Parts: sequence; C-alpha cells; structure tokens
Amino acid sequence: MTNSQKNRIKDRIFEYFGIASTFFGLVILAIFIGNIVVDGISRIDWDFMTNLPSRKAERAGIFTAWSGSLWILSLTTLIAFPLGVSAGIYLEEYGKKTRLASLLEVNISNLAGVPSIIYGLLGLEIFVRVFQMGNSVLAGAFTLSLLILPIIIVSTRESIRAVPPSIRAASYGLGATKWQTIWHQVLPSSMGGILTGVILAISRAVGETAPLIVVGALAYVPFAPKSPMDEFTVMPIQIFNWVSRPQHGFTVNAAAAIIILLIITFVMNGIAVYLRNKWEKKISW
Amino acid sequence: MNRKNTEKIIEWLLKSSAIITILTTVGIIWVLLSESYSFFQEVSLSDFLTDTEWTPLFVVKHFGILPLISGTLLTTFIAVSVALPIGLTIAVYLSEYAPKRFRKIVKPLLEVLAAVPTVVYGFFALMVVTPFLQKLIPGMAGFNALSAGIVMGIMIIPFVSSLSEDALQAVPKSLRNASYGLGSTRFQTAFKVMVPAASSGIVVSVILAFSRAIGETMIVAIAAGQQPRLTANPLVPIETITAYIVQVSLGDVPHGSLEYKTIFAAGMTLFIFTFILNNISFWIRKKFREQYD
Repeated sequence: MTNSQKNRIKDRIFEYFGIASTFFGLVILAIFIGNIVVDGISRIDWDFMTNLPSRKAERAGIFTAWSGSLWILSLTTLIAFPLGVSAGIYLEEYGKKTRLASLLEVNISNLAGVPSIIYGLLGLEIFVRVFQMGNSVLAGAFTLSLLILPIIIVSTRESIRAVPPSIRAASYGLGATKWQTIWHQVLPSSMGGILTGVILAISRAVGETAPLIVVGALAYVPFAPKSPMDEFTVMPIQIFNWVSRPQHGFTVNAAAAIIILLIITFVMNGIAVYLRNKWEKKISW
Repeated sequence: MNRKNTEKIIEWLLKSSAIITILTTVGIIWVLLSESYSFFQEVSLSDFLTDTEWTPLFVVKHFGILPLISGTLLTTFIAVSVALPIGLTIAVYLSEYAPKRFRKIVKPLLEVLAAVPTVVYGFFALMVVTPFLQKLIPGMAGFNALSAGIVMGIMIIPFVSSLSEDALQAVPKSLRNASYGLGSTRFQTAFKVMVPAASSGIVVSVILAFSRAIGETMIVAIAAGQQPRLTANPLVPIETITAYIVQVSLGDVPHGSLEYKTIFAAGMTLFIFTFILNNISFWIRKKFREQYD
C-alpha cells in the first residue's frame, strides 16, 4: 500500500469516527430520556399535577413544586430582565472604552464562570440574612437573577452590536437624542436577539437546583406559595428529594416530574430558537 | 424637566444596573472571606490543608479539606477524559469534514446536551449508568465517582466542541487551502495545520470544561455519595466540595455554628479553584490570540 492510500484510509476512518462522536452524546441522551418516559409517563395524570406532597408515593403530587417554579420564573424574569438589558445597553452604547467598561467586561466574564452553588452562598448571606427575606421565594428569585445576569448582558450586547451604526447615524441626523435613538431604533431591531437570550437564561434558572437548596428552599412544603415572602420548593428540588429516597414508588414519581421539567425546558428552548430564526429572517440590513 | 436631564437620569440608571455586576463580585468575595475568616478563628489553616479526614458533622470533628478536593478532582478528571476526546473530535469533524447544512442542524442539537437540567443528569447517573456499570464491574458501589463523572462528561461535551469549533473556524481559510494545495488529506490538514493553529482556543475550551466540572453540583450530589475520603478509586462513594455544601444546606444547621461556617470555607476553596482556571483561560485568550493578516 502506498503512503497516499494509507493517508486516504486514515482520512476516511476519521470521518466515520467523527460522525459517531457527533451522535454519541445525542444517542445516549435519547436512551436516557426513553428510559425516563417508560418509567414515568403512566404516572402523569391530573391528580399528579394537582396533589400536594405526601409520604405515600402514589398519593404525592407536584402541585407545590410547579407553583413554586412558576413563582421563581416570574419573579426572576421581573428582576433580571430589566437589569440585564439595561446593563447590556450601558456597556454597548454608553460605556465604551472607559476604564469602568473594561473593568465591567472582565468582571462579567469572570462571573459567568462562578459555579452556581457559590451564588447560593451569596444569596444565603445577603438576601436571606442581611436583607432578612428568610427562606422565601423572593430570596431565591434574587439569587437566581444574579446568577443569570451575565447571560442576559452578554446576549443583549451581541444583539445590539448587530444593529449597524448607519441606523444610529440616521437617527441622530434627524435630531433624535441618544436615548430616543436607542429606544426607537436600536432596541426594536435587536429585540429578537435580546428575547432569545432572556428566554434561554430563564430556562436555565428553572432547571437550577443547587443555589436554591443553599438559600433554604425546602424539600417538603405543604402549601403553594401565596406571596413572595412564603417558603417554597421547586420542580428540580422535588425531583432531587424523590431521587434520594430508596422506595421504587418515589423513583417513578421522580421520572414523571422529570418528564414535565424536560417539557418545560425544551419548550422554552424551542421558543428561543424560533424567535432567533424569525428575527434573523425579518431583519436584513 | 428638560430633555438633557432626562438623558442624564437614564444614563445613570443604566450605569447603576451595570454596576450591580461589580457589587455581585464584591458580595461573593466579602461573604466567602468574612465567614471563612471566622471559620479559621476556630480551625487552624494547617489542619484544614493537611488533615486527611473531613468529619465536621460527626462527634469527633476533623476539618481536612483534602478528601473533598480529591473527590472533586476525581469526578472532574473522569468527566474531562470523556468530554475532551469526544468534544474535540466533534469540533474537528464539524469544522473540517461536515457539509455546511449538517453543521447548521447539528450544532443547536448538541447544545441540548447542556440545556438539560443537571438534576436530570443526576437521575440518569444513579438510575441508569450505575446499574449498567455494576453489571460490567462487579463490586462497584451504588454511589461512585465513575458514573457521576461519565454523565458529567456527556453534559460538558458541547462546551468543548462548540468553543473548539469556534477556534478552528477562526483560523483563516488560506491556511487550509495552502495545505490542500500541497496535497494533504483532510485528516492531515486538520491535525497538522488547523488544530495547531487553533491550539490556544482549544486549550481555553478545555480549561473552561475543567472549571465547569469542578463547580457542577447536582450530578455528584445525587450519584457520587456523601462520604468524603481521600482516594483515587472511582468505584467507591466519595464526596465533592459542592455535594458537601448541598448536604449541609439540606440539614438543620444553625446560623453562626462551626458547621455553618464550614460550607463557606469549602465554598472559598471551590471559588479559588474556578477563579484561577477562569483567569488562566482569560489570559491565554488575550496573550495568544492568533493574528493573521
């Protein structure tokens, strides 16, 4: 066999290896999810969605868990969306090339690498103790907001950067102020990208477990929260609690709750991808 | 109120939002330092760094962080040895072999791996991977570092593959074309030209994967056990720094007690590890940014 034949064979072998690797993770994930669906799908019914937690696996439901998750989702969005988008606008439109801006930039990329459980420790000390929020939904939402802020800021900046400078110049030329330009021109045309980033960040928050355990979300809460100051649990913590129990009934419950959590996660990610594609098509400079 | 003032107020509001990120960092460092400081009033630093037992919740208390560090590093190395070869192969394949359309479809699919909540991966590790491995390796414990590490590796595949692929894509096309022009195969071009040219970006992706694996919590809390021990054996229960913090948070530990302070000392250790890794990657990106023009 000549050298060039050998090289060609190597080339071909790597190609197959590459295809195999690309699908390796996805196939494993599909097997995992298939397993869970088989375990849990028959457990999902109206009672499972509306029952309170119980010591008996077959009577336990996820009502408190999903209402807690809904509270967390809404409050976190209310806090993180305006803060993150404002910070992104400041960095991209106002604070360019100042010393503060480069400090902010290094800082944000560092924050993005801080493990989520460390945010839990921050929330426990600052929100739960210093601000005296207790183990409330509000303390959890503030903690998760700080966690997802870097994601929202980065995606806001990227979407704003995609708006060509000529749009701004035209707006200034017509006598608009800086804020008028941002509000009427820059934000509307970058909203698709911004929303995509926000939805992805929120979907991350819905799946977070560790920081909420640290700020004192409980595994067993007999009632759904009625105000931001109430104690709470969320879907991932309920799942964690059921996984940790040896009885088979709770494993089945965990699988069923995972199906619901995965549906929520995938739907949010799907919406994000859809928005991104739609906006990309609609706006072409 | 005139327009100029409105503009000023708006700018000030936007700026304050941005400054919250700095306050977050200051807050993290302050919280970790102050609680760790009062921890080290009661436990000596040399005990913390050299004692080989970690038993703060037992009657006979030992405060050696080494078992938690070894547990963390063990699961991390297992995860990275799964994610690195697979992620890098995917990156090279997508960048150098795959048709453009295929890449466009597959990339978002791979991101799904990172979007699945970690508590779900924990369930997989405990309920699917461990029983499967127990059939292959008799005597493997129900909680172990191996399953947790492997599943964590699958989760971080997209971190390695997408950052490495970006690095490969950033290499100018002329290098690739020159290599083809000399008669190289795609394989030779990929591994003798493109990968070396993109090496700094690839190293960054690996470092970030390490950092991500060190901080990962739920998979190890569910599947790796709660028994801190200084071992490199992947088949027995261990405990990571993150899993310990979860374990204490689930219990009823009173504020201000020594047990309460241990989670901040453990958190400080974790933060130092990831902080160093993140800054190395930041430095590499700044220093070795390939300039072609």
